[in-house]
Amino acid sequence: MLTVHAARERLRRREVSAVELTRAFLERIHALNPCLNAYLTVADEAALAMARDADARMARGEDTPLLGVPIAIKDVLSTRDMRTTAGSKILADYTPSWDATAVARLRALGAVFLGKLNCDEFAMGSSTENSAFGPTRNPWDETRVPGGSSGGSAAAVAADLCCAALGTDTGGSIRQPASLCGVTGLKNSYGRVSRYGLIAFASSLDTVGALTKDARDAAIMLRAMEGRDPLDSTSVEVVPIDVAALDESRDSLRGLRVGVPVEYFGSGMQPDVAQRVREAIDHLQSLGAAVREVSLPRTHLGLPVYYIIAPAEASANLARFDGVKYGLRVQGRDLIATYMETRGAGFGAEVKRRIMLGTYALSAGYYDAYYIRAQKVRTLIKRDFEQAFNQVDIIAAPVSPTTAFPLGSKTEDPIQMYLADVFTLPVSLAGICGISIPCGFDRDGLPVGLQLIGPAFGEQRVLEVAHIFQQTTDFHLQKPRLKGEP
Amino acid sequence: MLTVAEVERIAWLARLALSESEKARYASQLSAILDYAAQLAELDVEDIPPTASVLAVHSVMREGDEIVAGLPRADALRNAPDTDGVSFVVQATFDDE
Repeated sequence: MLTVHAARERLRRREVSAVELTRAFLERIHALNPCLNAYLTVADEAALAMARDADARMARGEDTPLLGVPIAIKDVLSTRDMRTTAGSKILADYTPSWDATAVARLRALGAVFLGKLNCDEFAMGSSTENSAFGPTRNPWDETRVPGGSSGGSAAAVAADLCCAALGTDTGGSIRQPASLCGVTGLKNSYGRVSRYGLIAFASSLDTVGALTKDARDAAIMLRAMEGRDPLDSTSVEVVPIDVAALDESRDSLRGLRVGVPVEYFGSGMQPDVAQRVREAIDHLQSLGAAVREVSLPRTHLGLPVYYIIAPAEASANLARFDGVKYGLRVQGRDLIATYMETRGAGFGAEVKRRIMLGTYALSAGYYDAYYIRAQKVRTLIKRDFEQAFNQVDIIAAPVSPTTAFPLGSKTEDPIQMYLADVFTLPVSLAGICGISIPCGFDRDGLPVGLQLIGPAFGEQRVLEVAHIFQQTTDFHLQKPRLKGEP
Repeated sequence: MLTVAEVERIAWLARLALSESEKARYASQLSAILDYAAQLAELDVEDIPPTASVLAVHSVMREGDEIVAGLPRADALRNAPDTDGVSFVVQATFDDE
């Protein structure tokens, strides 16, 4: 299992070249991806060209935290001259002419892009089964989902098919698959990383982040991507992440106040998940943290609020897919018919469902009752967290009520699928940050995640606590046994 | 419960061509989701301001307007389903009458 920081160290010591490292990953991808379907595009030639360039930069004495490090990118983020499908038939042949800002910053630091990763269509889903290109399989049990929507990213990191992966999180799409695949996934505060070049789903909720093998890598990746971007008016100038500071507070959580929200341990929880999360919280306490209960009374309203606001924004954002300037076109008898046939044929079932829901919630007569009302309840959810963070520094909770579920088990019942995100949606609605880190396994050997939630722009502390947890446990070092491993 | 006619109306607004079976399925699935969302109607939110963005956003003037190169025409057209090499080609928006 090769982390970003370990890869960088080996490259720095000349134990391996970027080209050798890249070749090794490409070989592993070609061996394992036919089963896992984590990658939609494997960019052999582009990756090797980037690796050669990185080796040349290193030969000139250059050094960056990502120079020559092979990573991969969720297929909703634009990559210059590299196919970007958003997991949709409507963009099956789309090749951007520019990089998303997050991607451009990684490219400038010399990271190597191995390819593009599978996801639910337009990042709408919790299992990666909504991809038009087939589901990704969970490396821990290939009959189960990897979570979603960044399921390809989580599976690729878990199966060691890259050092780290970019994902996006609108309602849990980094944290939930990270939990189900046993990797580390940081959902950044809204505005911390530019959304420019991200194919938009719900613009007031969308965030870009990384799925990694440990918290230190999460810090390195965030440090590389964060900060104000003139191309995204909602991006924010922040105090940069201090990666070195993670090592300075090595083994004690003395003075840290940890809140445990009572509402996150209700009915519907798989007992093993609740048990592992409780044990993880006990571990934080044993490291010196002061643990107390807190209340987030509007937790149960996160799901109905999210499933009004996110589809409403999606229905507007996805209006751009009309078969004119890019993507699929299905010709109808007139222009309107062409729009309708193109969209009817190009979008999958869940995307159409959400466009319909959003269109309904925004339509005359329903706008106040659904959309405005949901935005008001969003304010209450945000206030819940603000009040909790008056009492504690960090909130510890489960990521998802269950471990990875069998492929096909929730595809017929949208609400059952949506409930997989019940503990991640409120954080997204409040615009704050949360990380999922591995904290054990259920009786079937499937990973369980612990969610550490911080206030807006509180990533430094969240990462430090996650790092100390990982310095004193080995859950994040466990690897799945894969069929056909070379 | 949404009727198929209501689903057709929404699909028209959303510019989505749906099959008959999709219309029936969405009528029941959208109804279930809207029923779930009905719990929002039970809350008193009279005096609560809506949150459209979690950031304290306000309008600002752009600093200095630097001229930079735009997207080259070939790049703009590279993904188009139909072009004449200069423009996007689409059907007529208005008929001749």
